[in-house]
Amino acid sequence: MDFLQPVTWAEALEAKAAHPDAVPIAGGTDVMVGLNFGHLRPALLLDLTRIADLRDWQVADGAVRLGAGVSYARVISELGDRLPGLAMASRTIGSPQIRNRGTVAGNLATASPAGDAHPALLAAGSEVEVASARGTRRIPIDDFYTGVKRTAMDDDELIAAVHVAPPSGPQQYSKIGTRNAMVIAVAAFGLALHPDRRAVGTGIGSAAPTPRRAPAAEEFLAGELDSSGLWESRAELPEATIARFGELVAAAAAPIDDVRGSAPYRVHALSVMARRALSWAWADYRSANQEA
Amino acid sequence: MSTPTRTPTGAPEHLTGPGSGGVGDDAQRPDGVLKVRGEFAYGSDLWMEDMLWGVTLRSPHPYARIRSVDTSAALATPGVSAVLTSDDVPGEKVYGLELADQPVLALDVVRYQGEPVALVAADHPETARLAAARIHVDYDVLEPVTDARTALGHPTWNQVHDSTAEVTELSRESAHLHPEGNLVRHLKVRTGDPAPTADVVVVGEYEVGMQDQAFLGPEAGLAVPAEDGGVELHVATQWLHVDQKQICSALALPPEQVRLTLAGVGGAFGGREDLSMHVHACLLALRTGRPVKMSYNREESFFGHVHRHPATMRYEHGATRDGELVYVKAAIYFDGGAYASSTPAVVGNGGTMGIGPYVVPNVHVDCYGAYTNNPPCGAMRGFGSVQTAFAYESQMDALAAELDMDPVELRCRNAMEEGSATPTGQVIDSPAPVVELLRRLEAMPLPARSGDGEVDLRDMPGGVSNTTHGEGVRRGVGYAVAYKNVAFSEGYDDHSTARVRLEVVGGEPTATVHTAAAEVGQGLVTVEQQIARTELGVERVVVHPKDTSVGSAGSTSASRQTYVTGGAVKAACEKVREQLVARAERLVGRTVPDLRLAGGAVVSDSEDITVPLADLLGDDVLEETLEWRHRPTEAIDPETGQGFAHVQYAFSAHRAVVDVDTELGLVKVVEMACTQDVGKAINPQAVVGQIQGGTAQGLGLAVMEEILIQDGKVRNPSFTDYLIPTILDMPPMRIEVLEYADPHAPYGLRGVGEAPNISSGPAVLAAIRAATGLPLTRVPVRPEHITGT
Ligand SMILES: Cc1cc2nc3c(=O)[nH]c(=O)nc-3n(C[C@H](O)[C@H](O)[C@H](O)COP(=O)(O)OP(=O)(O)OC[C@H]3O[C@@H](n4cnc5c(N)ncnc54)[C@H](O)[C@@H]3O)c2cc1C
Repeated sequence: MDFLQPVTWAEALEAKAAHPDAVPIAGGTDVMVGLNFGHLRPALLLDLTRIADLRDWQVADGAVRLGAGVSYARVISELGDRLPGLAMASRTIGSPQIRNRGTVAGNLATASPAGDAHPALLAAGSEVEVASARGTRRIPIDDFYTGVKRTAMDDDELIAAVHVAPPSGPQQYSKIGTRNAMVIAVAAFGLALHPDRRAVGTGIGSAAPTPRRAPAAEEFLAGELDSSGLWESRAELPEATIARFGELVAAAAAPIDDVRGSAPYRVHALSVMARRALSWAWADYRSANQEA
Repeated sequence: MSTPTRTPTGAPEHLTGPGSGGVGDDAQRPDGVLKVRGEFAYGSDLWMEDMLWGVTLRSPHPYARIRSVDTSAALATPGVSAVLTSDDVPGEKVYGLELADQPVLALDVVRYQGEPVALVAADHPETARLAAARIHVDYDVLEPVTDARTALGHPTWNQVHDSTAEVTELSRESAHLHPEGNLVRHLKVRTGDPAPTADVVVVGEYEVGMQDQAFLGPEAGLAVPAEDGGVELHVATQWLHVDQKQICSALALPPEQVRLTLAGVGGAFGGREDLSMHVHACLLALRTGRPVKMSYNREESFFGHVHRHPATMRYEHGATRDGELVYVKAAIYFDGGAYASSTPAVVGNGGTMGIGPYVVPNVHVDCYGAYTNNPPCGAMRGFGSVQTAFAYESQMDALAAELDMDPVELRCRNAMEEGSATPTGQVIDSPAPVVELLRRLEAMPLPARSGDGEVDLRDMPGGVSNTTHGEGVRRGVGYAVAYKNVAFSEGYDDHSTARVRLEVVGGEPTATVHTAAAEVGQGLVTVEQQIARTELGVERVVVHPKDTSVGSAGSTSASRQTYVTGGAVKAACEKVREQLVARAERLVGRTVPDLRLAGGAVVSDSEDITVPLADLLGDDVLEETLEWRHRPTEAIDPETGQGFAHVQYAFSAHRAVVDVDTELGLVKVVEMACTQDVGKAINPQAVVGQIQGGTAQGLGLAVMEEILIQDGKVRNPSFTDYLIPTILDMPPMRIEVLEYADPHAPYGLRGVGEAPNISSGPAVLAAIRAATGLPLTRVPVRPEHITGT
């Protein structure tokens, strides 16, 4: 196995163009597991950790551009206010060691249906900036996941950054695991209220072949908030609306039975998480008004 | 009755600091600093110039006939030095702890997924793995037998109590996995009225999943061929001499030519009592004439050692309206998997102690161990008592509910005490403070409820995964008490050997303790030092490396080493002391009745005598080696189970407080409290450590730890999906340690390691039941069991 360690982004893109089968390695928290289990036997590892630019994040046009090399630990400590949903998701990931090494870009490229960044990115609305020697493009997060552990990236492309719109309302993230830390999601749910767009964003994890949104639930809730003037009145949400939202989120899932949980449990848990997340987000939205 | 001499409470920092390092002090572990710094050499760190790497090819099938094995492509791989199959085993081709029924390498049939079939040695582990993949095995795949009761022909519970079942069980078995049939052992306990009746009857069926020891240091060792044609094996194990015996038999070599040394052991919990890579590495080393290292990774480790027996159990308890137990009937099935391992002894424990620490006049227990094509099961901390405790303690709660009685009160009303008879007719002849353990737990304050004010997610079920801020959360409290035998039972000649040497090194009297007792992380090396310090009055005590150049110490299991090897070290020290006292008396020219050893000298309290050991010894070396035995036990009657089966019992009790998110089925254990009688805390800090660790392992089985098996195949052989408790799952503990001396044991001590592993899980289960109101008869409890989805 060969090992390349470019120090500039241009070198990295050239290397990837020359060796499309090279496996990039960032935090290594997925790659090293693959190597240890013998699932991954790459001819070439492309180490991206020496590229200083990748470890930066900036704010451009209000949106955060999160460099591919930023760790979860830094998302939590530096971006809790700008990326609240993603920071909440990051807090649920692995252990302190994993959060120090692991990156959102690594999570995206692995594209596991159980990856914790995905529901938060889906709910918030984001774009993945990918680059190759041919140039740079942005893939809307909704188009990024194409199948089980498959993405819309080409062989010669690398993830440069993720762009996430600034929050205009509360965000929430909940994840079910069968222990209280260091656990892969049995089911996960991300929620973002977007009062600026009068829209609702959702993300479902571990309950379908790919991370996905729950469009019917989003439309239903946005519709209710609109038609009842709740965006403006910030009045209490009717119980029935919360319950219906939970049902619609659950209905968007297409889970399987596996060692981590049964399909019916996943559906049930999603409806509970969706209801609770909505009630917490709505309470935040209401209290934000009182403070204002 | 003796009174408790100390009751350390809470975390280790509340205990006394290190004293002189003798018995009763929190002596520091000699291996502690190295381990904390990551500098301790474990078996997987063994290394020699010029060594080869051995790997094992394992069966992918739970049950198959081997038509042929073709090793030619593997042998032709560059870098490969040897490829071996069962044809290359020179001696006995089968081995086992109690019954020799397990092939060193598969013969004509494989009986479980992961059974070793062939071995490869190569100059690089990757080469060896590649070559192993090139071995072609032609399997005729057979239908596996995957259920213990089906294997025995008892598929329905009705048949269990059908009186003809016992006589005809062999004829009703499914496919025979072994020539003698699928029954490994059937233990019967019969006392009192065979057809008792009672005012109130409670019946329950229970199931316990397969738990793994999940030690952190996977199986590893290094075999070095010796000039005399023998082999030296450095290996992480639990019992060097039982390994040696089995290796000799497989290699057809005498014990002098098979020399074992203990490598650094990263935890054991029973999982290293059976052989893993031992014979394999020796075979490869002898064949190639080179040192051979074998080191499993985590996945292989799941296939490389036995697990805790899964169990299905049916209990019937009868009691008076006042809550006095009249009878208990129980049928207990242990799935032993493909090979016997220690199933007979596990059945022994499960059956003889299967109704818990209660006095019951009429008992009818049938305990079975069966062969199936599931992974082999054997020793694990708690050894047959963990499974039954879930059942009998659940039954006690069900009975209390039926009687509308407090569950602790019901337990106290029926509790054993000193002088009580066990169901096997043994009179308990040392303290049995069951009532006190329970009452002390009850008297402890309950933890405050979380959720008032700011929510700290780490206190919530689900933790930082942010699934509840208090919604759906209900609190429950549960109690459980358990007992377990210490040391080997049923007439086994259970002994240990100690060699103690005393000499002057650099002007300082120095004792060396040499035993073959495996240090597996529990702290026996510290205990050996403490005993020598106390008995010989010296400060400097060297623990000789553990090897087979001294006699057997027996197994590091059954909570027995501090008792049995501790007893041997104490006795050997006493013999050395006799010599010193005799020398001192020769020196002063008369008999002094109160001479003793202290501060590196022979001293007298009545007279002004202080003879430094350095002066007394000069260049002489005093050495004593002896074998030490606890009082003998006896085999039990095969029809009634009656007999003096166990030398000592350990008692512990737990109170668990849990918060359950009843809508999501997630559990947060808020607090564990434990009371345990240890007779004498040789090292109080280590005692507390054992209680905390045992509690965590019991909690793990209650709420998460299970090897999931489908059609004989393991579905989760990794720590990604075999979950063990994290620091957010294991809560702070309240611990009270009682010290009621056992007059028959050295220093009055009682084995410590297993009891807290037994009572903790049932307390957690009881607390979850209390929080949810659900019957919950299976562990681990999964979220689905609580939500009903
Ligand atoms: C103990 C443990 C616990 C874990 N817990 C969780 C958890 O709770 N939740 C969760 O979601 N995940 C978890 N994971 C998985 C893992 O930590 C995450 O998926 C993490 O985000 C991976 O990031 P990384 O930087 O380590 O990626 P790496 O392992 O370095 O890479 C992962 C994948 O991304 C590719 N890649 C990396 N960077 C780029 C780039 N810039 N462009 C293109 N491709 C790239 C790699 O080639 C590889 O395919 C856990 C892993 C471990 C070992």
